[in-house]
Parts: sequence; structure tokens; C-alpha cells
Amino acid sequence: MIENRKYFNLFCHAMLLLGVAVVAFPVYVAFCAATMNEQEVFSVPLSLVPSTHLFANAATVWNVGTGDAASPFGKMLLNSVITALVISVGKIAISIISAYAIVFFRFPFRRLSFWLIFVTLMLPVEVRIFPTVQVAATLHLTNTYAGLTLPLIASATATFLFRQFFLTLPNELIEAARIDGAGPLRFFWDVVLPLSKTNIASLFVITFIYGWNQYLWPLLMSSTAPMTTAVVGIKSMISSGDAATQWHLVMCATMIAMLPPLVVVLAMQRWFVRGLVDVEK
Amino acid sequence: MAALSLRGVTKSYDGAQQVLHGIDVKVADGEFMVLVGPSGCGKSTLLRMVAGLESVSAGEIEIGGRVVNRMEPKDRDIAMVFQSYALYPHMSVARNMGYSLRLQGFERREIDARVAAAAEILELGALLERKPRELSGGQRQRVAMGRAIVREPSVFLFDEPLSNLDAKLRVQMRLEIQRLHARLRTTSLYVTHDQIEAMTLAQRVMVLNGGRAEQIGTPGEVYDRPASMFVASFIGSPAMNLLRGRVSADGQRFETAGMGPQLPLPMERLPAALRAALQPGRDCVLGVRPEHMQGNGGTPPEPGEPVSLEVETCELLGADNLAHGRWGGNEVVVRLPHELRPARGERIAVRLPAARLHFFDPAAGTRLG
Repeated sequence: MIENRKYFNLFCHAMLLLGVAVVAFPVYVAFCAATMNEQEVFSVPLSLVPSTHLFANAATVWNVGTGDAASPFGKMLLNSVITALVISVGKIAISIISAYAIVFFRFPFRRLSFWLIFVTLMLPVEVRIFPTVQVAATLHLTNTYAGLTLPLIASATATFLFRQFFLTLPNELIEAARIDGAGPLRFFWDVVLPLSKTNIASLFVITFIYGWNQYLWPLLMSSTAPMTTAVVGIKSMISSGDAATQWHLVMCATMIAMLPPLVVVLAMQRWFVRGLVDVEK
Repeated sequence: MAALSLRGVTKSYDGAQQVLHGIDVKVADGEFMVLVGPSGCGKSTLLRMVAGLESVSAGEIEIGGRVVNRMEPKDRDIAMVFQSYALYPHMSVARNMGYSLRLQGFERREIDARVAAAAEILELGALLERKPRELSGGQRQRVAMGRAIVREPSVFLFDEPLSNLDAKLRVQMRLEIQRLHARLRTTSLYVTHDQIEAMTLAQRVMVLNGGRAEQIGTPGEVYDRPASMFVASFIGSPAMNLLRGRVSADGQRFETAGMGPQLPLPMERLPAALRAALQPGRDCVLGVRPEHMQGNGGTPPEPGEPVSLEVETCELLGADNLAHGRWGGNEVVVRLPHELRPARGERIAVRLPAARLHFFDPAAGTRLG
């Protein structure tokens, strides 16, 4: 039995290592490419040993950019950070408030509004993209941060998640707060919000990465390079015409673009896991 | 400090389903009143109506001379202790206790002083910085009471506060609640389904059944003169024997139903009003508590002839034993002293004390005499 367990453990670890290798190897290749100069990156086969030009490449990408319409990558990165932050903060703020209304208040059409929100779960951005673009363009939101973020803020998923959490709060807790003299806003601020901390943290991680990885929407919303986001920017670096793509710079930009989500995940990891696993009640 | 009075308090849902049928009671300033009844009798609903968590369908609730029917819970000058304690999980014990004062805009120093005072009464001083999840059930219960105390309310409301605790802790907390009330003398309304809690804590008990107050009185009155068959069977453990039957034609005996034995009725020693009610041939229910029946002797022995009871089972409780048997269609329980342990099938001689007999109308369930 114990012997079996040992081989089973070995097998599990082998699979895990294999999985890590499959995921990590392309990242490693990208990293190596990002450290090379133009000659090295075009040598065949590509060396798997990092070279010495990482910081020079980073500086070029950051300040100048590359590709057909070269534009500083630093600005795009800033756009991405702003967009992702606004989207995640906005999503959480709006969905926690709407979930609060749906769970704790009795108003006409309460069930209907919940189901309307719930139904939009089935309509991701891609499905309703043309009307949304039309609306945003008519409101002159193209090439603005508002245009990049606003249409992505409403979130049925987050509302639903908060609703499920609020439903687990015991009724007696709400009544105790009423007797203590906490009005609806007080109760929200002093009790519901602190208890939702872990949920907020995990949602923040998820929505930040969601906002960061947006591709189609920023592509439609930003027609000028200075207002585009990092993910869209990387695509524009890949040459579509006769000019050769400067892969070492593209890979370097990719590496840089991976950093902010990484920082967010690492910083919030503890909260993130707690929010998903056990809800502190 | 204030009196609490309920006048014709009624609760119905959707105007159709009547949960409470006009409750009238006046709880004096500083009195400890216990609402007791089986689950679904409306006792918690009544308490929640006093707290302001449920609306009042009809009637008036008055606290300290003010009708509070339409007031928010926080304005009623009450504090409530919940069954699940309902502590704020993310706040320390001190913050839990001081939260209502903070909302009322008290100064920090005043809040700290009141919390410290309450913590001292409840021996929570060492736990003030802990979170509720780091406390045991009994400690959480004490924090919940502390949260009520710091508000210095006119009325304390307790909603089955001990039912989540284990038996030993319950006894201990019962004593603590008694001590607390002796010290603070705050008007209290306490809901429980446990008649022992009701008897030990209450200055007066209200026995509720099916949304009606069956009896309101001191624990002694409720035990000695139950107003109805329901109260008689609900208060006291083991429950009172309720024997169906009728008064014999000569008026001297009680014929138990189902061809059971005839019990002697000591008419001359019963009160006049009761004698008048017990007409020969009348159907009635005779109630007598197991602990008042004398099995095989007793000191001093009751006058009159004993009735024989065949023991079916005998439960040993330690201090005393319960002999179960049957008189015709009625089940009978007799409490016997420790040294009497009849075996199965053995017959014991049972005597019924005249002063401890209760008679009820079988249809209405009300007390006769």
C-alpha cells in the first residue's frame, strides 16, 4: 500500500513537472530571444542560452518601439495598467453594490432585475461588440480611457459571486446590526465590506488579468498608437509587410507585458487563495 | 429601566394565517419574564415584534410609556441576545460590544469605559482583543450579552440564548444570567422552549401554545395550578399524568377510561368550587404529577385506599426511579424514591394526594375548580 503510494506520488510529480515544462518552455524561449540582438535572434537554430542585450532591448522598446508604426511601449503599458485598474475597481464597485441591493432590499422587479443581470452572463463582449462600438463611437469615446474601460465594467459574474456570498450571511447578523442602529449604508460599510475582503481580493486578481488581456475591444476603440494597450501594441509590432519583424524587441515587449499581472498575482496570492477556498465568516 | 406592556398584540401573515391571537401582558419594571412554549407557538415572533424586527398586525407594544409599534429597533431602547449570538465576525470582542455606542456617537473614552465595565461583569477582560472565531461557545454567548449590557437598555430581549450550548454549559450560563439580572435589574423578556430554563430563570412565565397565552403566572403558580391541560403537560418533567375518565354515579370515585381501575375521590378534602364542578357522571381529565403520587408507602402516607399499578418498565434516574404502567387506556408514571426499584410485572400500591389533584374539562382543556 505504502509502496503503491510512493509510485503514485512519483507519477504525480512527473506529470506536474511535465506540465510546468510545457508551460514554462515557451516563456523561457521568449526570454532568451528578448536578451539577444538582431543577428543572434535570426540565427538558426535559436540559441537556448540567454545573451546580454536585455536592457538595451528593453530601453529601445520602452522609448521608441518597433514595427511599422513604431510607438513607445512605455505609454502603451501605462494605458494597459490604467485600463485594467479602472476595469477591476469599477467592476468590483458596481457589482458589490448591485448585489447588495438585490440581496438585502425588497423593491419592485427585484427578481426581474436579478434575472436580467444573470442573463447578460450569456452575452460576453464579443457577442454584443458591434452595437457597443456604435454606442461608444457616437458618444465620442474612441481613443479615450473612458471608451477603453466603461463598456467592460458591468459584470454579471462578479454580481452573481457577491450575491452568493451575501446570501450566506446569517439573518441574525443583519438583525443584530439593525438593533445596534446600523442603517443600510453603515451595515454595508462596517459589516458587509470587511467580510467581503477575500472575495474582493480574488475578484480583483481575476478582473485585473481580464482587463489586461483584453484584445478585441481596445483594438476597436483605439485608432492611434498612443492610446492603445500593451496587448494590442505587441500585435502591431509584428510586421505584416515586407519589413522583417524585430523578434528580439517583440519578445522583450512580451516579457515586459507579463510583469504587471505577475506582480498582481504574487501580491494578492494569499488573499486570492483564501477567497476561493475558505470564506472567512 | 422601564415597564413593557403588550395590549392585544396580534400577528398575522397575509391577513389570513394568524400566528398570535391578541397577547395581553404587562412586564413590570425590572421583572424577568419568560415566554415558553413548543416550537411554532409564536414565542419568537412575539419577541421579534417587541424588538421591532417584525411588524405588529394589531394591538400596541409599549416600552417605558411610549408606544413603539412604528419605531425602528434602534429607537426602542432595547437590546437583544440572539440564539446564534450574531457577533460581527471581523470585529474584536471590544469592537463588537462597543459598536452600537459608536453608532450612537459616544466618545471613545465613554465607549471604552462601558465596554470595560461590561467585560468585568462578564469576566471577558482577557478576551477583549480576540475575534469571535477564537472564542468558545460560552464565551461568545457572554460577548453577546456584553453587547446588550453596554447599551444600558430599558429592556433585554433573549431569543433562546442557551440552546446552542451543551448541557453543562447551559446550566452554568443559566446561573450567570440569573446573577446578571440580580445585579442589573433590567426588565427582561426571555424566550425558550426548555421548561427547566423557564422555571429556574423566570419571575413570571407566559406559557404560549398555538399563538395564545395559555397561562401567565409565577413558576410556582404555573406548576401548582396549571390553567389548562397543555400547561399541565408542558411544565414539569416527567410530564403530569393526565387520566381520562369520569366521575362515578355515586360521586365518590373516578372511573378511568378503558376499563381501568376506579380511583377513590376524596371529595370532602377538595375545594368547594371543584366539588361543585365534579358532578356524578361527568367526563373529565384527572391530572396528577408523577412526583406527587406515593408508590408503596410514603411519609406520611395519604389517607384512603391505595390503587394497584402493574409496573411495565422502571427507569433508574439515580436520585429517583420512574415506574411506568397502565390504568386502562391511560399511561401512568410514578416517581419512586431511590431505594424502591420494582421489577417488571411487580405491583405497587399507589396513593393519590387530595391536595395535588387537578381536574380539567376534556373538551376545552381548561382547569376545573
